[in-house]
Amino acid sequence: MSVEKINKDFQDLFVQGKELLYNGVNDLMNEKREIAFNRFIEGGIPDKKNENYKNTDLSKIYERDYNVVLNYHRQDVDLNDVFTCDVPNLDTHLVLTTNGWYYARNHELSGLPDGVIVCSLQEASIKHKDLFEKHYGKYTISDNGVTDLNTAFAQDGYFIYVPENVILEKTIQIVNLMRANADLMSFQRNLIIIGKNSQAKFMVCDHALSSVNFLSNNLTEICAEENAVVDYYQLQSQTLKCSLVDSVFVNQEKNSNVLNHTVTLYGGLIRNNIFTKLSGENAENHTYGMYLTDSVQHVDNYTYIDHASAKCFSKENFKGVLDDKSTVGFTGRIEVRPDSQQTEAYQNNNNLLISDDAKVFTKPQLVIDADDVKCSHGATVGQIDEDALFYLRSRGIGAKEARMMMVFAFTNEIIGKIRIEPIRERVAQLVEKRLRGEDSHCDACKLQCNK
Amino acid sequence: MLEIKDLHAKVGDKEILKGVNLVVKPGEVHAIMGPNGAGKSTLSSVLAGREVFDVTKGEVHFQGKDLLALPAEDRAREGVFMSFQYPVEIPGVNTVNFLKTAVNEHRKYKGLEPLAAGAFLKLMREKQALVEMDAKLMNRSVNEGFSGGEKKKNEIFQMAMLEPKLSILDETDSGLDIDALRIVSQGVNTLKTPETSTIVITHYQRLLDYIVPDVVHVLYDGRIVKTAGRELVAELEEKGYDWIKKELEEH
Ligand SMILES: Nc1ncnc2c1ncn2[C@@H]1O[C@H](COP(=O)(O)OP(=O)(O)OP(=O)(O)O)[C@@H](O)[C@H]1O
Ligand SMILES: [Mg+2]
Repeated sequence: MSVEKINKDFQDLFVQGKELLYNGVNDLMNEKREIAFNRFIEGGIPDKKNENYKNTDLSKIYERDYNVVLNYHRQDVDLNDVFTCDVPNLDTHLVLTTNGWYYARNHELSGLPDGVIVCSLQEASIKHKDLFEKHYGKYTISDNGVTDLNTAFAQDGYFIYVPENVILEKTIQIVNLMRANADLMSFQRNLIIIGKNSQAKFMVCDHALSSVNFLSNNLTEICAEENAVVDYYQLQSQTLKCSLVDSVFVNQEKNSNVLNHTVTLYGGLIRNNIFTKLSGENAENHTYGMYLTDSVQHVDNYTYIDHASAKCFSKENFKGVLDDKSTVGFTGRIEVRPDSQQTEAYQNNNNLLISDDAKVFTKPQLVIDADDVKCSHGATVGQIDEDALFYLRSRGIGAKEARMMMVFAFTNEIIGKIRIEPIRERVAQLVEKRLRGEDSHCDACKLQCNK
Repeated sequence: MLEIKDLHAKVGDKEILKGVNLVVKPGEVHAIMGPNGAGKSTLSSVLAGREVFDVTKGEVHFQGKDLLALPAEDRAREGVFMSFQYPVEIPGVNTVNFLKTAVNEHRKYKGLEPLAAGAFLKLMREKQALVEMDAKLMNRSVNEGFSGGEKKKNEIFQMAMLEPKLSILDETDSGLDIDALRIVSQGVNTLKTPETSTIVITHYQRLLDYIVPDVVHVLYDGRIVKTAGRELVAELEEKGYDWIKKELEEH
């Protein structure tokens, strides 16, 4: 099937589903929908001719026939009972989404500080119209069809607003659950706004609860206002039948500090687009990622850090362990604009190949138009250090265990960047289980559909 | 304890060991000396099970077992320990975890339960004291950023933790300052029992003043070309190796 056919299908879907698509949300969202759709029709799904999609052929996943559900569908079980988070010692505000929609039976969040809003995007677009309109679609860049596709078809997701001068102690945990009887494509749109001098932490988990094919097109906009501190952790733990095209757009105002941390534990095809714009002076950004791949998995991380203001700092480190016939891509674009003096930007991508058949394509893209800039980048693709392996074995540690220790050591650096201890410990456990080949992504789910 | 017969080993096409014969009995301390590049470290690596070296001929028996048939980890578990001439840095592998895993893998091999956390810590403290190992180093990755001397101390500390039957110390003295040399040597001597044996590889007499050998060998060009009592050490210190090379040429 060709890209043309895929684009045609989306066109039909848009026209036929128009009434449902436009239902329940505010006018601005639909205005943007219309514009995005028209732009999408021109460009379509990015294929390999698109420079930024060289490593990932999206047509492969979009050519499958999926159901698209343009209104909220009830689940036949209470997902609150089905899914319980098993991060011990971590008390969170829990929010569930299902197939891209804010879950209707989410429990009321108790103890949120005054003024904090956590609700569905639909609700926010109407009830908190001013806030919504001030931020919705303001931080996206539509340089490829993926963003426009989401804006054209997204109907719901979550909305989180933390007003000025609020320190949210508890982590907000968002669990994106995919659950359906037949192959399903979804579009989820989220908006997070953290006000001036405020602090908030997020843990986003992507899970699939059914063993059908899923294709999630998710997009999250995060705005960190002046002096805000935001931790955004994402744990992608789906099945081999899942495809996830996930875009996160971060906008940082003056003196803000954002930690963006993505761990890809499992999934069939995952494409992460992480865009960060440092809009105000002295903003600090840390973007970290780790991917563990095996089988025929494909994981592609595209990151874009835009130093749009002077005196900002960015540090980026992605590490991955590749087994079997898995393939991985990494593109790290750093742009330093002409007036962004006293910029510091550092980037690293390190890959550990533990099979001969795995492949990795890694590429830095530096565009530096200012002169007072400290910038470095490095990429490595390597194998396990045989000298170190022998050292461990010479102390009586079995070859397999020694190898495991080495691989785990490699991932430690990224795990260590997690600033919340219970999450750090839990992620470390999950990574270890994952590396040992024990099924980790289904532990927390009571359905146990794989057992 | 250890019996090496006509051992030949090569790396790639290069033959390094060209027929080594050596017998070490329980309780004995053997010193192996010899010029740079003679094959001393290669011999210890081959005994420890390093796969880059191909054994092309010969046999090695350790306590009656065919040592060469065992993978490196099993040799360690059987009681062979090699202190590396150049200990490897392993970033990301925590020292305490590493030791705990090593100790417990030894115990598992012997059919013992893993050591409880408390017992392990106690053991670790005791052995740390023995070689005056700085406790702060334990929180770091294995050998990462350790000074030359600290790395060597760490080798002997690991030896103390694992209580091997045969210890092969490859230039443990290099990098140690005068005090550390004394402390480490005393540690080695304290660990010594009438049942355990030691092979000490060194270039210098000062280590052998502490760890006194019963037998001294000279390894030259892949062979043991001279074997004598401890008096040989002083003679080598004084005269170097030229006279041995000359002796060899004359024969
Ligand atoms: N992996 C290897 N590949 C190629 N050559 C090697 C390798 N390991 C050792 N050799 C060579 O084998 C010879 C013996 O080396 P070895 O390290 O055993 O010497 P040594 O007696 O321990 O020397 P020193 O006293 O300097 O430590 C040297 O010529 C060395 O270059
Ligand atoms: Mg040597």
